[in-house]
Amino acid sequence: MTGWSYGVILAMAGVVAVLLVVDLVRDRSAQDSHYIGLAVLQVGVLAQLVGGSVALARTDRDVEGAVFVSYLVTVALLPVVGAFFSLAERSRVGTTILLLAVATVAGLELRLWDIWGGTRG
Amino acid sequence: MAEELSTGWGRALVFVYGVFAVAATGRSTVQLGEDAGKLPYWLSLVAAVLYLLATTCLLVGGRVGWTVARAAVSIELVGVLGVGVWSYLDTGLFHDKTVWSHFGQGYGFLPLVLPFAGLAWLRHTRPPSGAV
Repeated sequence: MTGWSYGVILAMAGVVAVLLVVDLVRDRSAQDSHYIGLAVLQVGVLAQLVGGSVALARTDRDVEGAVFVSYLVTVALLPVVGAFFSLAERSRVGTTILLLAVATVAGLELRLWDIWGGTRG
Repeated sequence: MAEELSTGWGRALVFVYGVFAVAATGRSTVQLGEDAGKLPYWLSLVAAVLYLLATTCLLVGGRVGWTVARAAVSIELVGVLGVGVWSYLDTGLFHDKTVWSHFGQGYGFLPLVLPFAGLAWLRHTRPPSGAV
């Protein structure tokens, strides 16, 4: 499960980030489409939280369990927290906050891949 | 001032500082749990405390909040610059990535940008004369 899930979520985060940048350039507040994209991303990271935890329990890899799970939890909280922050700021600030949240998700996915030992195969 | 410090771009700052507070706290706790004898891990903890302090003060607002936030962000700037330079000079000590080493390279250099953004925002929201 875990191997490809990072790629999928990175791709989703990438798509949402592009949408956000486009509207940021246009100086627009966060749009419904962004929140829909964010909701899809939220479902993805929640699935990853469950799938990742199960995979961790089953694996015989040398993974730092506590670190791995804490990253999974953080990444699962980011879209919803970011959404609440941006809803309170209906301007390009809100759009920027969503972009920051999505970028953080992407960064954490790379770290998760690292912790899981993705580079080691 | 309370609403001004944490609204507008301040809200974006609160969000980023909050994320960094969580990230730095988590990382330093885990690293110190593994090996409490390494200086860089303690520096990460210092960073974590400063991020927490800055986040809280931005949210609390008021003159006291503003003043403490400026102190915290100023120390943060000195810290990230100092540790950044230090980590390039003494590569042996900073073998493991921490929040501030190499100017926050492990975090997309955001730790380097953050204090500048913070100080700019605090300058923008400086309480009317008579304060500090």
